[in-house]
Amino acid sequence: MENNEQEPVEHHDSEHPSPAKYIQIAIILTLITAFEVAIYYVEAISNGVFITIFLGMAVVKFIIVAMYYMHLKFDSRVFTLLLVAGLFLATGILITLGTLFRIFT
Amino acid sequence: MATHSTTAQHPSHLETTTGLDHRKLLMWTFLASECLFFGSLIATFLLFKDAAVVGPYPHEVLNIPVTSTSTFVLLTSSLSMVLALAAIQRGDIVSMRVWIMATAVLGATFLGFQVFEFQEFIHEGLKPSTNVFGASFFTLTGFHGAHVAVGVIWLMSLFIYSFKSKDRILASKSLDVELAGLYWHFVDIVWVVIFTVVYLISSLE
Amino acid sequence: MASAVGANGAAGHAPSVDGVWSWVTTVDHKRIGVLYGVTAILFFMLGGAEALLIRLQLAQADNNLISAGFFSQLFTMHALTMVFLAIMPLGAAFFNFLIPLQIGARDVAFPRLNAFSYWLFLFGGILLNTSFIFGGAPDAGWFAYANLTSTTYSPGNAMDFFTLGLLVLGVSSLAAALNFVVTILNMRAPGMTLMRMPVFTWMALVVSFLLVFALPILTVGLVELLFWRFFDMPFFSAAEGGDPLLWQHIFWLFGHPEVYILILPAMGIVSEILPTFSRKPLFGYTAVVFAGVAIAFLGFAVWAHHMFTVGLGPVAVAAFSASTMIIAVPTGIKIFNWIATMWGGSLDLRTPMLFSLGFLALFIVGGLSGVMHASPPVDTQHSDTYFVVAHLHYVLFGGSIFGLMAGIYYWFPKLTGRMLGEGFGVFHFWLMFIGMNLTFGPMHIVGILGMPRRIYTYSESSGWENLNRLETLGALILAVSIIVFLTNVIRSLRNGEIAGDDPWDARTLEWSISSPPPVYNFAVIPVVYSKEPFWDHKYPEFAHEEPPKNAVAPVAEDPASIHMPNPSYWPIIVAFGAALAAGLALIDPWYAAIGGVITLLGVYGWVFEPAGPEEHH
Repeated sequence: MENNEQEPVEHHDSEHPSPAKYIQIAIILTLITAFEVAIYYVEAISNGVFITIFLGMAVVKFIIVAMYYMHLKFDSRVFTLLLVAGLFLATGILITLGTLFRIFT
Repeated sequence: MATHSTTAQHPSHLETTTGLDHRKLLMWTFLASECLFFGSLIATFLLFKDAAVVGPYPHEVLNIPVTSTSTFVLLTSSLSMVLALAAIQRGDIVSMRVWIMATAVLGATFLGFQVFEFQEFIHEGLKPSTNVFGASFFTLTGFHGAHVAVGVIWLMSLFIYSFKSKDRILASKSLDVELAGLYWHFVDIVWVVIFTVVYLISSLE
Repeated sequence: MASAVGANGAAGHAPSVDGVWSWVTTVDHKRIGVLYGVTAILFFMLGGAEALLIRLQLAQADNNLISAGFFSQLFTMHALTMVFLAIMPLGAAFFNFLIPLQIGARDVAFPRLNAFSYWLFLFGGILLNTSFIFGGAPDAGWFAYANLTSTTYSPGNAMDFFTLGLLVLGVSSLAAALNFVVTILNMRAPGMTLMRMPVFTWMALVVSFLLVFALPILTVGLVELLFWRFFDMPFFSAAEGGDPLLWQHIFWLFGHPEVYILILPAMGIVSEILPTFSRKPLFGYTAVVFAGVAIAFLGFAVWAHHMFTVGLGPVAVAAFSASTMIIAVPTGIKIFNWIATMWGGSLDLRTPMLFSLGFLALFIVGGLSGVMHASPPVDTQHSDTYFVVAHLHYVLFGGSIFGLMAGIYYWFPKLTGRMLGEGFGVFHFWLMFIGMNLTFGPMHIVGILGMPRRIYTYSESSGWENLNRLETLGALILAVSIIVFLTNVIRSLRNGEIAGDDPWDARTLEWSISSPPPVYNFAVIPVVYSKEPFWDHKYPEFAHEEPPKNAVAPVAEDPASIHMPNPSYWPIIVAFGAALAAGLALIDPWYAAIGGVITLLGVYGWVFEPAGPEEHH
C-alpha cells in the first residue's frame, strides 16, 4: 500500500485466464453441483455427512468463483482481505447466533 | 505524481496511493458489506427453518430438481459474464455485447424460475406470512432475487450504452464491465450458499 | 456562511460560490462538512429540547406536565435524534471537512456520493421527525424491543416511521463510509503511509469500517421488523415460532459497534488536540492506532452484554462478560497514552484543551461505570435503571460531545478564518462541565436506589425527588451553556479574531494551508516523510524522521489549472427519490414505486453526467 516511488503501476494485471480456462471452470462448477444433486437422493447417507459434504462443496464453489471469475487470485491482496473480513465476521456471527439459539444440537 | 490537470473525479488507478482504482475498491468494500447483509438473512433463515409451528414445512415444498436447474442457469450466467469481460479486455466489443446479453437473459431466466417457485409455494399454502419458515425463506430469496434484478437492469443498461457511444466502453474502460461482473459473481456465490443451506440442507430429514 | 469557504477565484471554470443553488449542488467536501455540522447542531438542539421536557416532567414527583404516552415519544426521539441525527452527523462533518485536508488530498474519492450522503441524512432526519405530526413519534425506546413494536402493541404508524427513517439514514451513513474508506486508502499524499496518517484520520477509517460491517445487520433487522408489521411475517412472534429475542440480538449486533462509531471520532479529535496543546507528539502513536482497531474488532464480540437479563444462560453470559472486560483494555491503553502525551509537556489551557481534558475526565468516569456493568450480577441490578443512563451520558455527552466541542473550537479557525471567542469559550466549557455533572452524576445514585428508566413519573415516597430536581437544574445549566456556545459562534463569525493559517502552532497538514482553505485545498500536493509533516517542516531541528536522501520534491502546480469537480444536482435528486419512496411506503408500500422511479432516473442522470469541460474518455 505504500507508494513512495513514482514508477507507474502496471495498467493491466498480466495474468488473465483464457476463455477456454473459464469454460473449464464452468464445467467443474456444474459437475460439483450435479454431484451434490445426485448424492442428495442417496438414502443411505446420514444427515451429518450430507451437511458436511454440501457445506464443503459450497465452500469449494465459492472459492473457485471468487478466485477465478472475480479474479481475486490475480488481483491485489487488498480485495481478498476485504472479502475475507466480511466473510469472517458474517460466519462468526452466524455460528454465535446459531449456538445461542441451539440450532446445532 | 500529480499531473497537470488533477481532477477528483475518477482518477486512473495509476494515481492512487494503493495503485487500485477507486471504483473497484469501492465495489469490493461494498461486497464486504453485503456479506453481512446476506449473512444476517441466512442466519435468520437457519434459526427459523425448523421452527415453524404450522406447515407447510421445508421438505414438503422445496423442489430440488427445479432449483438445481435454476442454479445451473445462474452458474452459467457467471461464465457468460466473465467471457463478456474477457471480450472487452481484448477490444472485442461485439462479443462483449453478445455475452452481456446472454448473461442478462440467463439472469432473467433465473428470475423466472424464482417467480414460478414462489407461485408454486403460495399455491401449496406457503405464503410469506404463513409461518416463520415462509417468512425467512421469502425474505432471503426475495432479496437475492431483487439483487439479481438490479444486476439484469445494470447489464441491459451496459448493453444499450455500448451502442450509443462507441468509445464509451473500450478495452481501457473495461472497468465498467468488470464492476458489473464483480457484482454479478457475488450475487451468484450468495446463491451457491443459499442453494446449499436453504434447499439441500433444509430439505433433509 | 457562503464566505466561510474560500472563494474560488483561481480556477478558470469556477462555479458560482454564492447563493442557495451553489449549496444545493455543492460537491465540495468542505461545504458538505459545513452542511452536516450545521444540520447536526440544529438536530442536537431538537434532541436537547426533548431532553429538557423529560427533565421538567421528572423534576417533580407525581408530575403531570407530560402525559405517559408523549413521554415515551420524548425519550425515544431524544435518543434517536442524538445518536443518528446529532452525534453521527457531527462525526461526519469532521470527517468530511478534515480527511482530505489531513491526507493532502483535494477532495474525497466520490464527491457526488458525498453530497448524496448529506442530503439523504437531511431527508431521513426530516422523515423521522414528521412522525410527530402524523399520529405520533416512535415511542418504544430507541432500541425498539419486540413485541412492543408489533402492530398489536404499537398500532398506528409510529414504528413504521422508525423502520423507514432508520433505513434511509442507514443508506446515507453506509454511502459515506464507503466513500471515506476509498478516500483514506487511495488518496493520501505521496509518502503518507498508513502509519504516518494523523490519528483522527485513522479513527475515521476504523469508524468507516465499523459502519460498513454493522449497518447491514441493522438493515436486516429493520427489514424484518417492517415485514412483520406490514406483511404479518412472524419473525418476532413467539406463538408462531419466531423469537422476540432475535430482534434484540440483531439490534445489538449493530448497536454495540454503533457506540464505538459514536466515540471514536471524539477520541481521534482529542488525539490531535492533546499533542498540539502539550507541544509534544502523541505518546505511543502505534499503540493508540492499534487500540482503535482492536476496539472496533472486539466491538463485534460483546453485543449480548446488553442482554444479560434476558435469560441467555450462564455460559453465554460468562463469555460476553469476558469479552466486555477485555475491551476495556485497549480503551485503557488509549487513556494512558493520552495522559503520557501531556506528561512533561508544556500545557496550553485554552478552550480546545479544556474540552479535551473534560473529555478525558468524564470519559474515564463513564468507562468505569461501563466496566462495572460488564459483571453480570452487578448488571442485573443496574439494568434498566438510571445507573445505565448515567453511564451512557458520561460516555456520550462527557465523551463524544465534549470531544466534538473540542474539535469545533480547534478547527473553527481553519474553517472560517476566525477564532472562536476565548472568554465565551471558557464560560461555555465550565457551564457545560458543571451542568453535565449535575445532570448525570446524581443518576448513578438514583439508579442504585432503584429508579427505573423510561418511567414518566414516580411517587413522592420513592425518595428520588431531590436528586431528580438537581438533575433538572443541571439540564437547565446545560441549556444555558448551549446558548453561550451559539452566541460565541455567531459573534465570532462576525467579529472573531483573524486566525491566520496556523493559530495553534499545530502539527498536521491542514494547518499548512490558508484559513479558510482554497477550494482546491493544496496548491502543491505535499510529500510526507513523518507523522507530523507540518511540525517537522516548521521545526526541522525537532524533526523525528529525516527526509530520505533521494526525496522527491513536490510538483508545483498553477492554481488556475486545477480543476475541481463540477457541482451537480443529481445527488439531491437521488436522495429525494429514496426518501420519498420511504415516506410514501408509509401510506402504502406500492406508492414507494414513485420514489423508486425518481431514484432510478436520478441514478441514470448521475452516471451519465458529463465529467466537465474536459470529457473523460
